[in-house]
Amino acid sequence: MALLEVEHLRIEFPTRRGTLLAVDDVSFSLQEGEVLGVVGESGAGKSLTGNAIIGLLEPPGRIAAGEIRLNGRRIDNLPYEEMRKIRGKQIGAVFQDPLTSLNPLYSVGQQLIETIQTHTEMTPTQARTRAIELLAEVGIPGAERRVDHYPHQFSGGMRQRVVIALAICVNPRLIIADEPTTALDVSIQAQIIALLKRLCRDHGTAIMLITHDMGVIAETADRVAVMYAGRVAEIGPVRSVIKEAKHPYSHGLMGSIPKIGDSKERLEQIEGSMPRLTEIPPGCAFNPRCPRAFDRCRVERPDLMPAGDTLASCWLYAHG
Amino acid sequence: MAEMHAPLVKVAGLSRYFDVSAPWLNRVLDGQPRLILKAVDGLDFEINRGETLALVGESGCGKSTVARLVVGLYRPSAGSIVFDGVDMAGLGGRAEMAPIRRRLQMIFQDPFASLNPRWRVSAIVSEPIRAFRLLDDERLIVERVGQLLRQVGLSPVDGEKYPHEFSGGQRQRISIARALSSQPEFLVCDEPTSALDVSVQAQILNLMKDLQRQLGLTYLFISHNLAVVRHIADRVGVMYLGRLAELGPAKNLFALPRHPYTRMLLDTIPDLEMTGRQRTPVAGEVPNPINPPTGCAFHPRCPFANDRCRSERPVPKLNDTGSTTACHAVEEGRLPAGPLPVAA
Repeated sequence: MALLEVEHLRIEFPTRRGTLLAVDDVSFSLQEGEVLGVVGESGAGKSLTGNAIIGLLEPPGRIAAGEIRLNGRRIDNLPYEEMRKIRGKQIGAVFQDPLTSLNPLYSVGQQLIETIQTHTEMTPTQARTRAIELLAEVGIPGAERRVDHYPHQFSGGMRQRVVIALAICVNPRLIIADEPTTALDVSIQAQIIALLKRLCRDHGTAIMLITHDMGVIAETADRVAVMYAGRVAEIGPVRSVIKEAKHPYSHGLMGSIPKIGDSKERLEQIEGSMPRLTEIPPGCAFNPRCPRAFDRCRVERPDLMPAGDTLASCWLYAHG
Repeated sequence: MAEMHAPLVKVAGLSRYFDVSAPWLNRVLDGQPRLILKAVDGLDFEINRGETLALVGESGCGKSTVARLVVGLYRPSAGSIVFDGVDMAGLGGRAEMAPIRRRLQMIFQDPFASLNPRWRVSAIVSEPIRAFRLLDDERLIVERVGQLLRQVGLSPVDGEKYPHEFSGGQRQRISIARALSSQPEFLVCDEPTSALDVSVQAQILNLMKDLQRQLGLTYLFISHNLAVVRHIADRVGVMYLGRLAELGPAKNLFALPRHPYTRMLLDTIPDLEMTGRQRTPVAGEVPNPINPPTGCAFHPRCPFANDRCRSERPVPKLNDTGSTTACHAVEEGRLPAGPLPVAA
């Protein structure tokens, strides 16, 4: 059984001018110890999907349909207090901006100890020892001293390490990492990716890694889901998606990334831009920009179907 | 008039220091010294006509300060910026600057903050035309704005709209149209695609290359993204703590990097080719620029540093690949040419 199962998830935003469909029929699953990358452009619905899983959707956004199951137990309809116990204990979270994820008025030790004591029976002394161990594990030098420092005394990369320590402090089975390296410099980004990979290997933690950076996904993920306009365009093993993307959108996305090793004069470009949520076209959401669109794409919405090693929601791969 | 083959921009010994001391009273009461942040510290480079020079580096390395110095938003603390034979640091008031200002324009990172939300796009794009009195007939201005909008891939009717009606990529196109409206020769682009999604970034980079070819533009391109720089630049300068570590033709710099910092930066780029290459994350972080390390600023993170690196600041020297490198180890030939050993 999969650790996390998301089935037919649909997230809506009721507004005065009608209901916006931000995530539309998204399904995927995540195995123990697996890293699933979720990529897409801003507004594709990748962060909303992550927030829905940890139960932190900002109202008026709401789950309108579908199910989210963790270890077979449904978690999308739990009352607030129940969900609070799962958050932290079973699902950890790492967000983009490490400064806003930490409380500036408490030392990092206090924040770690509070989280540890909320979810376990440890005494304050044990919790403090555990906090120092955690800081050392995420690679903060001088952890015994640093545990009493406040967030502003850490650099960006070190703060993100503290946030990761908070996320793993009670050994959750799943970590939702939403753009964990976006706010960091490349050399620091490499350190954080290496850290996440090591934790995943040592503890067997599954990670849902949400990012717009294909390079980070290529380095870290086992499988990748490409999202477009609130839907999954393609999902499959990371190597297949990067090397031979099947969906025209993921193919175009890969081509538009400048690469160090090649000296192409022009980058491939996808014409136009992602539609606004109010203007999603009928049929396949990508059809107006798709160079290979045909009549069926404009009227009928494709579901995920097998295309080589991956699943792509594209009529090009319909059999018969 | 300068000759055509002379570099368009020549920067020599360019420095910019910021006084970040505590207020006077606190300094006197607590006996604190003055604190000077050397954001840019002795930079030399040239930009030839029609080429793209890119400056890369991590946050705090001073690359954006260079951009602001070159367009005249900051005055240099020392050194000179010669634009087509005229030293900009020596120019006095607005009147003397104006003819130069028309010939250089800037594109900023954040297309949401750099466009006035209360102005129509046509007013934004025509502002430089009006400010420099390039056209005085209203009908001609409207025509020119329409032509500029078409040139950047928008439609003349978009001039009637306000910035909020556009996406990030389209707004960056408006910024480019505004920059082009005074018919400049030189564009300073400070992270023009960093706020954009990759597919939009590809559109903007292609547009910038097309415009460069059509109009013979010269670019100073500031970015932290090495892959973007590899794609757009003819020559690349790698900055570290306000100094140039290495400067050379893009092709050689990426294929045969010499400076240990350049090598480490290249090594940290996530690998899209999926060769399974083992990456060596750079140990440590960029030091505080208020109190930079002595000698070579990179020595605390450098696996090849010796006593000379710790005490003597290296000078940029031309090496065998056609790049200039500021590194004692490269100069002395004690740096292996092959791949880097794993940093401690």
